Amino acid sequence: MKFDTPATTNPIDQMKIVGKPTNRIEGPLKTTGTAPYAYERHDVAANQAYGYVVGSAIAKGRIASMNLDAARAAPGVIAIVTADNAGKLAKGDFNTAKLLGGPDIEHYHQAIALVVADSFEQARAAASLVRVEYAREKGAFDLAAAIDTAIKPKASFGTEPDTAVGNFAAAFAAAPVQLDARYTTPDHSHAMMEPHATIAAWEGDKLTVWTSNQMIAWSVGDMAKTLGIPKENIRFDSPYIGGGFGGKLFNRADVLLAALGAKAAKRPVKVALPRPLMINNTTHRPATIQRVRLGATADGKLTAIGHESWSGDLPGGGPETAVAQTRLLYAGENRMTAMRLAVLDLPEGNAMRAPGEAPGLMALEIAVDELAEKLGMDPIALRVLNDTQVDPEKPSRPFSQRQLNKCLETGAAKFGWSKRAKPGATRDGRWLVGMGVAAAFRNNLNGPSAARVRLAKSGVVTVETDMTDIGTGTYTIVAQTAAEMMGVPLDKVVVKLGDSAFPVSAGSGGQWGANSSTAGVYAACVKLREAVVQKLGLASDAVFADGKVKAGRRSVALGDAATDGELVAEDKMEYGDLAEKFQQSTFGAHFVEVGVDAMTGEVRVRRMLAVCAAGRILNPKAARSQVIGAMTMGAGAALMEELAVDKRFGFFVNHDLAGYEVPVHADIPHQDVIFLDEADPTTSPMKAKGVGELGICGVAAAVANAVYNATGVRVRNYPITLDKLLGKLPDMV
Amino acid sequence: MQTSEEFELSRRGVLAGGAASVATVTLVPIGTAAAAAPAAKSPPTAKVAFEVNGKKRELELDTRTSLLDALREHLHLTGTKKGCDHGQCGACTVIVDGRRINSCLTLAVMHEGDKITTIEGLGTPDKMHAMQDAFVTHDGYQCGYCTPGQICSAVAVLDEIKAGIPSHVTADLGAAPAVTKVELRERMSGNICRCGAYSNIIDAITDVAGVKA
Repeated sequence: MKFDTPATTNPIDQMKIVGKPTNRIEGPLKTTGTAPYAYERHDVAANQAYGYVVGSAIAKGRIASMNLDAARAAPGVIAIVTADNAGKLAKGDFNTAKLLGGPDIEHYHQAIALVVADSFEQARAAASLVRVEYAREKGAFDLAAAIDTAIKPKASFGTEPDTAVGNFAAAFAAAPVQLDARYTTPDHSHAMMEPHATIAAWEGDKLTVWTSNQMIAWSVGDMAKTLGIPKENIRFDSPYIGGGFGGKLFNRADVLLAALGAKAAKRPVKVALPRPLMINNTTHRPATIQRVRLGATADGKLTAIGHESWSGDLPGGGPETAVAQTRLLYAGENRMTAMRLAVLDLPEGNAMRAPGEAPGLMALEIAVDELAEKLGMDPIALRVLNDTQVDPEKPSRPFSQRQLNKCLETGAAKFGWSKRAKPGATRDGRWLVGMGVAAAFRNNLNGPSAARVRLAKSGVVTVETDMTDIGTGTYTIVAQTAAEMMGVPLDKVVVKLGDSAFPVSAGSGGQWGANSSTAGVYAACVKLREAVVQKLGLASDAVFADGKVKAGRRSVALGDAATDGELVAEDKMEYGDLAEKFQQSTFGAHFVEVGVDAMTGEVRVRRMLAVCAAGRILNPKAARSQVIGAMTMGAGAALMEELAVDKRFGFFVNHDLAGYEVPVHADIPHQDVIFLDEADPTTSPMKAKGVGELGICGVAAAVANAVYNATGVRVRNYPITLDKLLGKLPDMV
Repeated sequence: MQTSEEFELSRRGVLAGGAASVATVTLVPIGTAAAAAPAAKSPPTAKVAFEVNGKKRELELDTRTSLLDALREHLHLTGTKKGCDHGQCGACTVIVDGRRINSCLTLAVMHEGDKITTIEGLGTPDKMHAMQDAFVTHDGYQCGYCTPGQICSAVAVLDEIKAGIPSHVTADLGAAPAVTKVELRERMSGNICRCGAYSNIIDAITDVAGVKA
């Protein structure tokens, strides 16, 4: 099915099941420990051996020699895989560095060996006996020092490194009110709870991996390329994924080494990345240095908007697209953005939840707060004044829907924004109290997505798609979509996900999963409805409801269409050019209240509210969870998350969950979320958009602005730790 | 690094057990390891018997096996999760003799005779524990990986409060601690949820505590 004209009325609009805050259908499995994650599939292959990964102890250089004798002689060892004996391996299209390093080393903790043994304990002990001598080379590890060597990267994913409209330089110079500030965001780690893990088994030349992966088809393709075998010989199965946030978009060392280990050991092998290896072995959100320049008239009209960002990555990598939102968020005739990319020999930078916008808004939305203060304006009024209903770079192109102002105004009323005082003026005992706001913005993306639906004579509808559920609620919204389309209750729908034997979906990433994958299920269900009507000899306008198909005076049980055998339909939703004609984006407003200890500078988040406008919300309960989870991650980015770079040896020092601090229960208050009522007919028949990344966009800036309002101290270098406040706090009375 | 005392201890243990020692091999200079390494023999094992979810279990384990791996890899009770294997995340929380512990930080052979409750022992999909049910109702999870640990912790936390055990945020150590959101957040802070379901988890626990009260 091709979606090339805006949706009209369709069965989803009934919203009898779609749009309801249904409990997750897989909830009873997850809460009883019976949902099987990758490393736990004891049932899928007999005689599983254990692999333990050895990581490089240098960041750049090469392996001079490797002595495996002691490891080979250790109890229980079956095989050891290294680049020396693994055979020819290509690099996957989605990987910047090789998943198995050696002799050349591209980054610290790059995998250099897998030790396979009968037990986990034996594999771990033997891995510690691998002796490696390295020839270390000098690398670049310091973004600030590398800025002068940064170059203009090539365009990727439709993102131009440089954009310009009007005459930014002249307009900024002429602006009566100017802001020119520099912000930094540190490297962040996904730190999902389930480590990257895989069980691999070969049957002849056919490989099956039970793994934890967000993008099944991409990863099958990359595995085929890496191993040099046909895609058809590879099966991925990933029904449950213990968090991803972008860190499981691509194949990592676990899946490649499990496959190679299983081949070498001639039996199934399971591999999980040890937690202390994950942060340097896998990808991270790259640090940025950003410069924002805003020029405005005295009454607050933006006349010049400039945003530049510098980031680093391994050779062949890409920039963190931190300027992306600035092209679209506010009106202003004269604008420029620019991204520059330096070569850094740190681990591979790549996508983490809302890549680009998350760090970009951390800077831009402080800058807007700073400008509001210079203007003596309320920061909400400033944002509202500079709203645009069209693409500011191309005014002939409207937003499909844009309710940013309503998000801000609704939130202000709900949060009690009118009580916000001037900086440093509100005290609650030992706490300096402040409120902050920031806009949330993230583009909506649609991707082609296919599904297969089966109707059994029992009336049960089974959906099969390689779509993944990374905690997002896919199981449930896919079931809701099929139930609505086929007119059956939710408990008559079975959803099977994450198996590459199923039709190829959009996968989970870029907040494109919910709308894209359910649209694919919609398309398949339209086909199944046609098959049912034809089979039952009913009019094509038959109504599917209450487990029955009704046309005229005839009413037939849905399952009757399958009495001669299961009915199967498969289709793929593809997209025309509506996303070019209309700018499809999601909007929100984040409100945060913090308390800052007047003596110690400790920051505590006291209240959080998000108001989101993101198309039709397919399941408000799961969507709310996506948003509060993203708000939590945003609070982490604001206050604690920072990979500390060892600039001498080139690695992230705090590479575990004790050193890399993420928010815990005690850091997060009760959170509120409001969804504005929307349905966007330009996005798909589902009229939905993404929401999982919108939730993190702007949160950290709202926290930073609240800290400023509480203390009068403006911190432009994240995270806002107490050392950046001490000595600057208002005098104690 | 090993101290010489540790080395002596492990060497004695190895001699007594008659097995090849990992520790001795690590001290052989690079290049001579192959010649010096004795033939691989099985590592020392020990028998342990404990009760898991009301069932008596006997295992003969490599003595290095954590309680977590005994559950997951030997008993195939994979509801208990391995998030970090270092006591930093709480995903492996189980209840041993009524107290919650990180099962990754304790060796299985240290639990002779203990009564262990895992997430599978609290309830099943058809017959869920009140806490499991509340997590579903309040959407107190997303990816589900930290969830068994959160639930085991939550059940034990309510028992701890009931037993009068104070926490870091208990203002009056003389008075019985109450089930407040601040107490729950403090006591649950050893269980990380990167999906960020904290607000919902606290709602779920509060709900169950209310039912109990």
